[in-house]
Order: sequence, then C-alpha cells, then structure tokens
Amino acid sequence: MKYVIIGNGVSSIGAIEGIRKIDKQSEILVISEEGFLTYGRPLISYFLAGKVGDERLALRSSDFYSKNNVQTMLGSKVIEILPEEKKIVVKDKQEVSYDKLLIATGGTPFCPPIKGLEGDGIYFFTTLNHAKQLDAVCPKLKKVVVIGGGLIGLKAAESLFDRGVKVSIVELAPRVLSSAFDEVAGKIVANRLTSVGLSIFCGTTVKEIQRDDAGKVKGVFLENGTYLEVDAVIVAIGVVPNIELAQKAGLEINRGILVDKFLTTSKDDIFAAGDVAEAWDKLINDNRVIPIWPNAYAQGYAAGQNMAGAKREYEGGLPMNSIGFYGLPTISIGLVNPPEGKGFQIEMMVDEEREVYRKLVFKGDYLVGCVLVGDIDMAGRYAGYIRFQIPVKDLNLKNNLKQNKATYLDWPEEVFQQFWNKDARIR
Amino acid sequence: MKRVFINPEFCIGCRLCELACLTEHSQSKDLILAYRDEVASGLLPRNRVEEKGYITASLTCRHCEDPYCVRACISGALQKDPETGRVTYDEDQCVGCWSCLMACPFGSIKRHPIKEKIVKCDLCPDRSVPACVSSCPNQALTFEEK
Repeated sequence: MKYVIIGNGVSSIGAIEGIRKIDKQSEILVISEEGFLTYGRPLISYFLAGKVGDERLALRSSDFYSKNNVQTMLGSKVIEILPEEKKIVVKDKQEVSYDKLLIATGGTPFCPPIKGLEGDGIYFFTTLNHAKQLDAVCPKLKKVVVIGGGLIGLKAAESLFDRGVKVSIVELAPRVLSSAFDEVAGKIVANRLTSVGLSIFCGTTVKEIQRDDAGKVKGVFLENGTYLEVDAVIVAIGVVPNIELAQKAGLEINRGILVDKFLTTSKDDIFAAGDVAEAWDKLINDNRVIPIWPNAYAQGYAAGQNMAGAKREYEGGLPMNSIGFYGLPTISIGLVNPPEGKGFQIEMMVDEEREVYRKLVFKGDYLVGCVLVGDIDMAGRYAGYIRFQIPVKDLNLKNNLKQNKATYLDWPEEVFQQFWNKDARIR
Repeated sequence: MKRVFINPEFCIGCRLCELACLTEHSQSKDLILAYRDEVASGLLPRNRVEEKGYITASLTCRHCEDPYCVRACISGALQKDPETGRVTYDEDQCVGCWSCLMACPFGSIKRHPIKEKIVKCDLCPDRSVPACVSSCPNQALTFEEK
C-alpha cells in the first residue's frame, strides 16, 4: 500500500495521524508546493507581528515525519493526476504512483479585478511566504491598505499596525467580520480597532490602484470617492478552493471538490480534505466549503483512516472561529446570522462598558449557534450543546445558558453517561 | 488507557480534588503555600467541581480518543500522544488563541489568569494515580480503563 498526500497543511497532518492509527507500516509520501514542513498557518499573523519566531512555527516536532515513516517532497508542484493509471505527475515530469491519494491542496487567495493591480507593491496573506515577504518589506512601509475586513484581513491589519505601519481596512460589506460574526460583535471589534488607531472603510472597495511613473504604488481610489495615500496594497479577502488538479482529473466539483461522508471523491481511491473539499456540514445538513482550521484537520483525519481501510464517517463540519484583537477575545460557533422568519430564536446580552457580549441562537429545543465577546470561558459548553445537539427543553436550563451558567449536570443523564462515564448517575 | 471518571452520585462537592490538583501543579508542592502565594501568580486547578443544587461533579479533561482541542490547535501545543493516549500540552508553543477552549465540548480548557496561555489536565505524569483521584474521600473519582 502506498499513500500519497498532495499538500502539506493541517489536513495533511490529520491524514498522516489518521493513516497511522490504522496502518503503522505502509509508505506515505507528502508532496507540497510550499517549501516548509507543516506550520501553523494561522500563526503567520503572530509571525508578522513579531510574536512568534521561525522556531515556533512548526505544527509538529521535527522528528514527526521520521517517526511516522513519512517521505516528503517539498517545493514540488503536482501538475496532473491520472486516476486511470493511479499516478500523479510532478512538475519536472516525474511520475509517482499511488494506491490511495489525498488531495489537500487548500485554497488560493481570492483577488478581484482592480485597475492597477499589475506590478509591485501588492501582497497576499495566506502563506508563510506571504508573511515573510511582508516581514521583509515592513520596515520600509509607512501606510498600507488592506482589502478585506474578514478574519484574514483584520489579522494582517493588526500585525502590520503592530509593526508601526499606518493601516486602512477596506471592506465591501457594510461591516467587518460579516461572514463569521454578527453585527454587534463586528461593531465591538471595529470600535476596538479604530480606538487603537486603525482606519476602517466599510460598504466600499478599492476601485483603482494609482502608481507613479516608476510603477510604485502611490495610493488607492475607493468606490466611495475617498483617496488613500499608501505604499502597498494587501489583498486579504479570503480563499477559493484550489481545484485545478481535480478539475483536470475529471473529479466532480461544485465550489470545492465534492466528497461523501467518507471523504471520497467521485473517483476510486482519491480522497479530498480541507479547504479544497466540499464536505458534509452538520448544521445545514448538506455539503459546503468551510475553510476553517479544525474542520481541515478533522477531514484529513477521517480521510486518512478511510484511506487505510477503516469505514469511518466524518462527523460533519461545524463553523467556528476564535480571534482576538488587542486583548479582546471573540468567538463564534455554528449559525450566528440566522435568516429571518425561519423559526430561529435569538437571545442577546450586551454590556458595552465591559465589552462583553453574548448571543445565543436557538432553533426549537436546540442551540445552533453562539457569539461570545469578552467573556469566552464557557465557549466549549456552548460548543457541546451545538455539536451534540443536546436538547434545551427546560426553561431553567435555557436561563442558565443565557446567564453563562450552564453546568454539565444539566445534560440528560444518558448523555452524561455517553460522554463522561457510562456508570455515572446524576442524583 | 486509564482515564479519570466521575460519578456524581458519590461526589460530595468537597473540592479536595481541586486543592490536590492545585498542590500537585504548584512549585512548592505545599497546599498552604500554593493556595496563599502561588494562586496570586496564576496557579489554578485543572479540574472544576460543578454544582447543580445538591448534585456535584468534579470534571476535567477526558483525554479523548479523537480530541476536539487537538484538531483546533493552531500551534501544535496540544497533541495526542499515540503511545500513552494522553492529550499533551506544551505551554511554550501555545499562543493563547483560545481555539481549543472554543472547540472542547467538555469545557476542560481554562485560560491562565495572567499569561496568554491555557491550562489543562496532564493526568499527573509524575504520579501513578492522578492527585485528584487520590484525594477523593468517597471514590467518586476513579482512575481506570473503561
């Protein structure tokens, strides 16, 4: 048996750990376009801010690969998958055969067409190379614009600001963090950022990048007429699944590579996981691409076990994000912006002075989402109610949840027994 | 692997397990010094006694087979040791992103009161039986394979 994994992000680590849980022997080969062993990708903002150095970036210790008997081909681009021959072609025309293949190629930064984009002074923020480029040029930058007020954009903005750069954030939506968080949380975060000294422009976008005769970035024109003088533009809107290889190989694709509950694609012996995959989502009961870290690991882990012959169903994705800005922790789990008129019930608690905010989203007897700002210590409890769909029928229990006082003794006895101790009695 | 199990039916809510955990993870290994001096500098028990009326339970990390915290960890600070089964934590690697705290449905991750770090149960690697279990006067906590 020979396992080949394309990509070396967290899905790849999940897959290696998943395969090795079942199969301790067979050959595993990881082929990655990036020249680094797996690093904590979200750490790139800590790296750029100078909080984490090169030595702390690795996600696993340096002997992880040798211990797990994994070969790596770093800095190698796969150009084609030949499913009929069970082979892949690497850039220098080298062919590699596989018995089971995992596509974990992640996403590529999305970049809208903007006049003046061609040329120097344009940066992205999804890989360590991107962060290193910005790190190198940072001392020379005075003012930048970050396009994108989502998680990546705000983290890039914060890191650059910490390095002494004047930062403006431009977001097309009416508010920052519009997909992962709700309006109130977005507002609290925006206030925190502006009070520190960052500028935020919402409901508009960069129309044109202005350059001088030498081609150097001078500034940007926004749709709303504002002109911002800047030395560089950071495009941090988000990522789109890296599907070219899969497309060429004839795999079924929607937004991402379509996979079933066992992470198998439409072709035999080919699996997909992580930001490139369109996998089962627990909350919406359908497939979708949710490019978040824990899902990527979990998909890789389940895929790895299935590649090794286990019949292990992926438990389904659950969107969740934890992000902090200048000491203000912010967490969202599950469905946080429910559509109106579909029977969702929302409970909110805001304490603007203490910058504490809590929102719970219920559907019938179940908690389906929450947003926590400031006071986040009980986040995992809410995650439990959402993930395990523990019924919240009792009014006292609902009140406890609202007041951030839920205990595990509120779980029905049979659920407590299932997860904590089969012999437990709650009495 | 052996894990710590709680039976709320036998838990009397005395919190000796919390104190035992505190002492075991202190510098001084002395309850009074730990409680009086080290708590002020951020020492806290890894476990927590929950109460619902007169029912109580001492809860801590379950060292899950497929831990949610490990999936969520962005820095590699939390890992599942394939040999011992323990969910290990390397404080130097932790960046305080709170992803594990969000992901753990068992609420077993705490924030360090001062540092941007987390705190969690390590199953007392220097002991044959974790301190919380040894201290339990009514065998509500047990350390066994189930």
